[in-house]
Amino acid sequence: MNKTLNQRAWWLVLPVLLLVAFNAFIPLMTVVNYSLQETFGDNVFFWEGLTWFESVLKSERFHAAFLRQLLFTAMILAIEVPLGIAVALTMPRRGPWVSVCLVLMALPLLIPWNVVGAMWNIFALPDIGLLGYTLNSMGIDYNFTQQPVSAWMTTVVMDVWHWTSLVVLLCYAGLCSIPDAYYQAARIDGASGWAVFRYIQLPKMKRVLTIAILLRFMDSFMIYTEPFVLTGGGPGNTTTFLSIDLVKIALGQFDLGPAAAMSIIYFMVVLLICWAFYTVMMRNEER
Amino acid sequence: MARIELKGVRHAYWTAPGQQPVYAVQEVNQVWEDGGAYALLGPSGCGKTTLLNIISGLLTPTDGTVQFDGQDVTQRPTTERHIAQVFQFPVVYDTMTVFDNLAFPLRNRGAPESHIAERVRQIAEMLDLENSLKNRASGLTADGKQKISLGRGLVRSDVNVIMFDEPLTVIDPHLKWLLRSKLKELHQQIGVTMIYVTHDQTEALTFADDVVVMHEGTIVQVGTPVELFSRPNHTFVGHFIGSPGMNVLPCQLENGTAFYHGHAVDVSNPAPSGLDGKMEIGVRPEFVRFAADGIPVRVEKVDDLGRFQIVTVNHDGDIIRLVVEEGLEIPSEDPRIGFDPDNTLLYRDDWIVDGVAQ
Amino acid sequence: MAIELRGVTKRVGGEIHIYETSLALERGGFNVLLGTTQSGKTTLMRIMAGLEKPTTGEVWFDGENVTGIPVQNRSVAMVYQAFINYPSFTVFDNIASPLKVAGTRKSEITARVRDIAELLKLSPMLDRLPNELSGGQQQRTALARALVKGADLVLLDEPLANLDYKLREELRDELPKLFADTGATVVYATSEPLEALMLAGHTATLAAGRVVQFGKTAEVYRSPATLESARVFSDPPINTASVEKRGDSIHLSELVSWKTPERLASLQDGRYVIGIRPYHLLPFGTGVKVVGVVQIAELSGSESIVRLMVEGNNWVSEAHGMHAYEIGAHAEFHFDPDRCLYFDADQNLIRA
Repeated sequence: MNKTLNQRAWWLVLPVLLLVAFNAFIPLMTVVNYSLQETFGDNVFFWEGLTWFESVLKSERFHAAFLRQLLFTAMILAIEVPLGIAVALTMPRRGPWVSVCLVLMALPLLIPWNVVGAMWNIFALPDIGLLGYTLNSMGIDYNFTQQPVSAWMTTVVMDVWHWTSLVVLLCYAGLCSIPDAYYQAARIDGASGWAVFRYIQLPKMKRVLTIAILLRFMDSFMIYTEPFVLTGGGPGNTTTFLSIDLVKIALGQFDLGPAAAMSIIYFMVVLLICWAFYTVMMRNEER
Repeated sequence: MARIELKGVRHAYWTAPGQQPVYAVQEVNQVWEDGGAYALLGPSGCGKTTLLNIISGLLTPTDGTVQFDGQDVTQRPTTERHIAQVFQFPVVYDTMTVFDNLAFPLRNRGAPESHIAERVRQIAEMLDLENSLKNRASGLTADGKQKISLGRGLVRSDVNVIMFDEPLTVIDPHLKWLLRSKLKELHQQIGVTMIYVTHDQTEALTFADDVVVMHEGTIVQVGTPVELFSRPNHTFVGHFIGSPGMNVLPCQLENGTAFYHGHAVDVSNPAPSGLDGKMEIGVRPEFVRFAADGIPVRVEKVDDLGRFQIVTVNHDGDIIRLVVEEGLEIPSEDPRIGFDPDNTLLYRDDWIVDGVAQ
Repeated sequence: MAIELRGVTKRVGGEIHIYETSLALERGGFNVLLGTTQSGKTTLMRIMAGLEKPTTGEVWFDGENVTGIPVQNRSVAMVYQAFINYPSFTVFDNIASPLKVAGTRKSEITARVRDIAELLKLSPMLDRLPNELSGGQQQRTALARALVKGADLVLLDEPLANLDYKLREELRDELPKLFADTGATVVYATSEPLEALMLAGHTATLAAGRVVQFGKTAEVYRSPATLESARVFSDPPINTASVEKRGDSIHLSELVSWKTPERLASLQDGRYVIGIRPYHLLPFGTGVKVVGVVQIAELSGSESIVRLMVEGNNWVSEAHGMHAYEIGAHAEFHFDPDRCLYFDADQNLIRA
């Protein structure tokens, strides 16, 4: 359907375009610029070509951070997606409790991210934090500032606490759009609860699930604030994920060239995986 | 197969505390004989879908009992009543093939695969679906999907009753008659009780052997299509069935004869003398004729519908419709009309006068 | 307002949705677009409204070319099949909305809204929200909104299709009267021939993106210019068969023939097509007798619709009264050859 063309609307978009150009596009180009050159400041540049890209891709440090990131994202998705679906399934779809549940679910999403990190930091402190103290008093040797495993566990639990609600709300919306007749027909057909889930609810939620998984993948792959505030990347570098590592190189060591190259690589990786994932999901739907 | 009996069934949806309940279904007593083809006919909001859900068990009535073959099933859930239902919108399991869709109810009940395969093939043949068994259910047209919905009900041999809730809603209008007659054919082949809920009189009258007409939560008449057409018990039935509906005109009773604006009208069900209340005569447009010595009217509109003409006339503010044959000359000078006495009925307070005290 | 479509076509992607169409609608007339789903009715209406631009051709309102003018600047009101109302406005506000947009004075808005509500029997519901109303009342609200705007062109796209059939009858009766007083030109799309006949006025029959015929409803019905026009305007479908004229007799098959009607005596010998309306094919009467195999018989309490196979053709009989048949039975039916429509080899009607 093509409406009668009204080109004047483009003028309204112009201010936004300028803003985006200034805030995003130009800085991005700057990064590309830095990634291909060497500089020590004072706007003095030496052309390096693809040197930084090569060195980053070969560096052990990058590989380690990358693997840590992959592991983290995998754990997040493996926990949050099923948990989100499960919680969405138990939420009521009608009646007075609906609004209460929706508000409860929304609360974790409203907290500023660095506050989340700070909250969990204090909460998990082994001597005075509620969680830390309780765990240690139960006999579990828990100290997230010193033990890698504890640090990982805490980071993962924090993210699950923070972001599962997003998956829940998206899946809930998908579930609410299923007409009653489907459930009634399933009852008449004698379908078990599992069959109802597998043949009615899951297929109908497919679209929303795709969005939820995509969002969670991107966000967890690029995560910075919460783990940085919680562990600072430690103990040592055991929870130094990609973005934390990147910032250390760029701002800590002031190696702008490698940092810029790493950013570009990072960006490309995220883009590639998202594209691949999306294509696979869409192809499944068309079939 | 089962004989279904509803006794004293009433249903009010959730009422706020302190408020008077509003009954969607008021006092229904009805027997649905085993193997009958029934239609539940009425305008939207009359309670027919509520009644359907009470029979199927998706709703528990506020009062009254539902019995299947003498057993009280009012509190029993849907799965234990062994019913099948076809909804307004096709409900198919998109991820499964047509075969798996039809097999689903049997697999849930743990039937052996060989039995399932045979039964599914049998039913698919009855529904002309045998060539689509391997296709994905989501790829079928609307009527194909409705047939799958129906098939899932037929495939179980323990089905007591199949219920249809306006099943032709999404079917292409030019193909409705195909599915309609397929349902009728299936009923004759299988003989299971079928209850068809609709607001469309054509669907109801062509499908059913007995039509149950509902109006504002009560059953106003149960009868064969012919009975409903020629002898409506209630003015609502007269109005609702027939296109255009029955003409209902106020009249006065004097010494047992009905008078319409001073003109004596012969009716086929004369009243005993001394009857009072709101008196009306009901006559279908097919039975109103132009008569040289009849009631003078003013012709307002003539609609040529090919097969017949609908003439709208006005007498003293009352609108009366006639259905006359194609090509009939409408008198232009002093048109007068008369009512066929064999098909003119007397009504008191909207109910037909039986000659017996109401 | 007189509306004219000149050489309008509509192409979307590679498909042609509307073939070259020229149509002239008189001011103040009630016009019906009759055709099955996907025949182009909605597209044509959207082009008239200005919601879509024609690929070629022009749209003229009262002698002015409005082809490029968007819908907001044309005097158009539209009512859809789905009851479209502003869900958060009361009925009163819904009806008043076009007047508010036009900047009418508040006192005048109130008066006009109350008038229109009275006309459409909505007065007791003015304070309610659309989702508290029944389907019929919601559609009345949409109609009221279209009426109050006082537009010169009112487009109704199958507005009664989602309503109970009795409600449909009631509203169908009221519609022409409602719009007649406003002097607006009305275009009403439907797929039911009966509706077109009941609404009268002028009818355009559409099939597969083409306007097959346009004229006074009764004329288009009684004298369909082509076989296709007859088909569109018939439900149940018109009975057709190929026949051969040999001198003074016309043959349906070796067994069935009749004397050539007077008015066709001068026709050349050869193959033609007859069209028999279902209600002219009856299980009784005189006239030409045919024997068919009954496929389906539907009895509705006062009418019998029987589908049968006659000489290899799928025919339908629509008769008054209850006539029961067994499936597969051979049955006799009769038709009057003078009442048949005759079409030549190009499917054009042969007129007397």
